[in-house]
Amino acid sequence: MFELIRANKRRSVALIVGFMLVVMLVGAAIGVLVGNGVVFTLIAIVISGAIAFTSYWKADKIALRVSRAVPADPQQYQRLHNLVEGLCIAGGLPKPGVYIVDDPAPNAFATGRNPNHAAIAVTTGLLDKLNRVELEGVVAHELSHIRNYDILVSTLAVTMVGAVALVTDLAIRMMWWNGGRVHRRGDHGDSSNPLAYLGFALLVVAPLIAKAMQATISRRRETLADVSACQLTRYPPGLISALEKLKEDTTVTHSASTATAHLWIEQPMSGVGDDGKLSKVHKMFETHPPLDERIALLREL
Amino acid sequence: MIALIIVIVLVVVVLLVGVTMYNGLIRSKNQVENAWSQIDVQLKRRLDLIPNLVETVKGYAAHERQTLEGVIQARNAAISAPDTPEAQASADNMMTGALRQIFALGEAYPDLKANQNFLSLQEELSATEGRVAYARQFYNDSVLSYNNKIESVPTNIVASMLKYSQREYFEADEAARTAPDIEF
Repeated sequence: MFELIRANKRRSVALIVGFMLVVMLVGAAIGVLVGNGVVFTLIAIVISGAIAFTSYWKADKIALRVSRAVPADPQQYQRLHNLVEGLCIAGGLPKPGVYIVDDPAPNAFATGRNPNHAAIAVTTGLLDKLNRVELEGVVAHELSHIRNYDILVSTLAVTMVGAVALVTDLAIRMMWWNGGRVHRRGDHGDSSNPLAYLGFALLVVAPLIAKAMQATISRRRETLADVSACQLTRYPPGLISALEKLKEDTTVTHSASTATAHLWIEQPMSGVGDDGKLSKVHKMFETHPPLDERIALLREL
Repeated sequence: MIALIIVIVLVVVVLLVGVTMYNGLIRSKNQVENAWSQIDVQLKRRLDLIPNLVETVKGYAAHERQTLEGVIQARNAAISAPDTPEAQASADNMMTGALRQIFALGEAYPDLKANQNFLSLQEELSATEGRVAYARQFYNDSVLSYNNKIESVPTNIVASMLKYSQREYFEADEAARTAPDIEF
């Protein structure tokens, strides 16, 4: 337990340092290409520093806003509030913020930087489709993420991956506007397009970052959270049948995005109905073990 | 000289290990106490709801004197129970049984069942009931890890120096564990 928390804190530091290094290298590379290495490196340091800082203090809010989560009304969602509170007592945790995402797909995630600043969000689809014991299983799973600081690593990753995804998109578009070439004939002099370089650099770097993400957010943490969830509820069948319902349901969680995909309890975009580009990116950012594996493991408890 | 250095290093190591074990024990003990007060909070919350419930039920089923008095008695017993897991647990079980009978009245009196106040009290009390169960679970988990530390080598050495002793679990009795019979 304590080792796990320490490991997660270590990973968070590694993630921030790694991210800043990569951005710096990209900046330096562009700088060298454009012929002004120092300035670009400095810009990159400033940008990556700002992103890292924001990540720690504000990423949970960003993750919630990106997913269009709104605070759950204590009157309207009394059952959910009671359930969260009860499980928090069982785990000796302070009660996190409870949020609702208006989305027909059943899914949930937790975010925050530590148990005292945490939030848990569930979709309306989850509330509709699951019964009380199943919901308890899912909430307990999310609370386990909070308890062992998984949320810190994954929330940091949200903003970082988000930043990379955003810039990659931008850079790719820029390249297309330029006819897919860095350098157009007929341009006077050698007015090259530095953003195209950036695009190239990112196209190379993005898979690397994705791999690094996978390394930091190991898939083991999902199964681990499943097991600790059962320790909280003392009732594995609840989570098992919840996961089975999630498996049968192929609705795409529209509130998710590439940046927040790894937060959710179930891979939000199951590859059904989304276009090829997204699912390819998704394969790269694959962070969840298949539900079948998770269910099989829980059955052994 | 070298011997002296070795001795100093040994002393420092022993001290460090001792401090770590001591802190671990303290953390465990505090968690047990925190868990215990958590149970207390939930039980108190339940006691506070009861007079209100009795008043509401009186309006509809005043002649069910026995049931009402049973709840009041259980409440008084819980208030005056000594602060040990065993005593609290038996008071708590008595309480649970008495409340069950009150809610069963709801089935016999349709007017009572339709009363908004009764319904919200019922929801509130059953939520509290759940929280009591969870608090008990957390307490027992804490006691388990605390007892493990006290009994196992090497922390038991520190524990015996501090005169820490085993804590008892908070156990629901057999009657409370079996679901009530429903008669038609």
